[in-house]
Amino acid sequence: MRDVAVVSFAQAPNLRSDRERNEVEIVMPVVREALDSVGLEQSDIGFTVSGSCDYLTGVPFSFVMALDAVGAWPPIEESHVEMDGAWALYEAWVRLQHGDIDAALIYSFGKTSLTDLDKVMSCQLDPYTLMPLWPGAISLAGLQASAMLAAGTVSEADMAAVASHSREAAQGTPEIPEAEGPADVDDLLSRPRVAHPLREHDIAPATDGAAAIVLVAGDRAAEVCDKPAWISGIDHRVDTHAPGNRDLTTCPSARMAGERADVGRSHIEVAEVYAPFSHQELLLASELGLGDGVDVNPSGGALAGHTFMVAGLARIGEAARRIHDGTATRVLGHATAGPCLQQNLVCVMEAAR
Amino acid sequence: MSRKAETDATKGILTAPYVLEYSYTRSTGPVLGRFFSGLRDKKIEGIRVADGRVLVPPVETDPVTGDELDEFVQVGEIGTVTACSWLAEPRAEHPLDKPFAWALVQLDGADTGLLHAVDCGSAENLEVGSRVEVSWRDERHGFITDIECFRLLGD
Repeated sequence: MRDVAVVSFAQAPNLRSDRERNEVEIVMPVVREALDSVGLEQSDIGFTVSGSCDYLTGVPFSFVMALDAVGAWPPIEESHVEMDGAWALYEAWVRLQHGDIDAALIYSFGKTSLTDLDKVMSCQLDPYTLMPLWPGAISLAGLQASAMLAAGTVSEADMAAVASHSREAAQGTPEIPEAEGPADVDDLLSRPRVAHPLREHDIAPATDGAAAIVLVAGDRAAEVCDKPAWISGIDHRVDTHAPGNRDLTTCPSARMAGERADVGRSHIEVAEVYAPFSHQELLLASELGLGDGVDVNPSGGALAGHTFMVAGLARIGEAARRIHDGTATRVLGHATAGPCLQQNLVCVMEAAR
Repeated sequence: MSRKAETDATKGILTAPYVLEYSYTRSTGPVLGRFFSGLRDKKIEGIRVADGRVLVPPVETDPVTGDELDEFVQVGEIGTVTACSWLAEPRAEHPLDKPFAWALVQLDGADTGLLHAVDCGSAENLEVGSRVEVSWRDERHGFITDIECFRLLGD
């Protein structure tokens, strides 16, 4: 395998509604920042790949318009996944393994305020047995939480503790300018349920935003970046489509992806996991073997601000940032897709090549 | 409706009808097709996988081994709730027009949960372990919505 590193990461603020800007205008400064911070131009990039969801705008091939943010002339080699940008990053990592190019740009964006995210996410379900009922993502996550609570693998206080930590961590960060106010566990548990058993703090607020990452392979990575975050393991796995055919108190695909990315080889200092619902952070920590000594979601995570299609790429970026700034030597970024953590991607990054 | 452009002679405005639709139909295939035909006849069928479990709704291939499946098993109309979540504000497209619970219902004879609505009045009336039964629509067309909802057993 060719050594590939995350050398830069940029993220737009996750806003409940970015009314002033369209998708291109949100993406453009983020891409610029990601390239500028490592002194690269679009002409240095051998492969550009994005992740977004056409259902948010309701326009087929709407992602093509976002190419204006990178400049598609002279012609560039380009691809797109109708998935979170973390899967675009996976495609770029595979593309860099071909060996003929050294740098790839990944960006993703989601303007969730254009639509009703909970309703749109019904459209990704089985079209015959599930979608005609229109169960939203929140209701499906509520089913998972109820199964976990009944099995005793989490408690409502555990879930509130995740939310309390997320709110505190996100306070004052430029990434989450509209973070919910700090609240302790007892305070959160005294609040009403909005989707029994879920309370408002268990559900990530949908936001608008974008993120970009530059991957560089081999010696070139160390030339453009003082502390590259070398990808030592990356894998993604998927569980069966029907939530009812799964034991929702477990997440075999996350466990398998973690094993194949060799998470357990040595200690993980920082893990950024994409959990848009509080109980899911606890399930992921368990399946990925993240014990007490692991700093989980120091950014506040997706629970503080959930930009659909971006939150996974941002988790990888937030984790890589800890290598870039020298505060960690081995980190984990995780992304999920589908109902109730159906599909999971794990990316382990290290300071040592 | 005619798709031909028409001219409004008085205002000189060109108009044309625009119908947004998928102009094709899909077959549900031999497994889901049989499942949905069964619903029309008030019969719920699952399918047995290699490890002996019965999946409802049925699937064409074993989720673990990938083998094709063909052993249909009829299951009961009564089942046990394995997960539930309350919906306080239903949308127009939801199965019921009043607050209800979503649930995964493990029908007697099945090993997996069927997702559907439960008409149970309030969140407190339903929990994991509750027993519920199918409420059929009077007119059935071979869709998942032939099941109107589930109700608490004995209600």
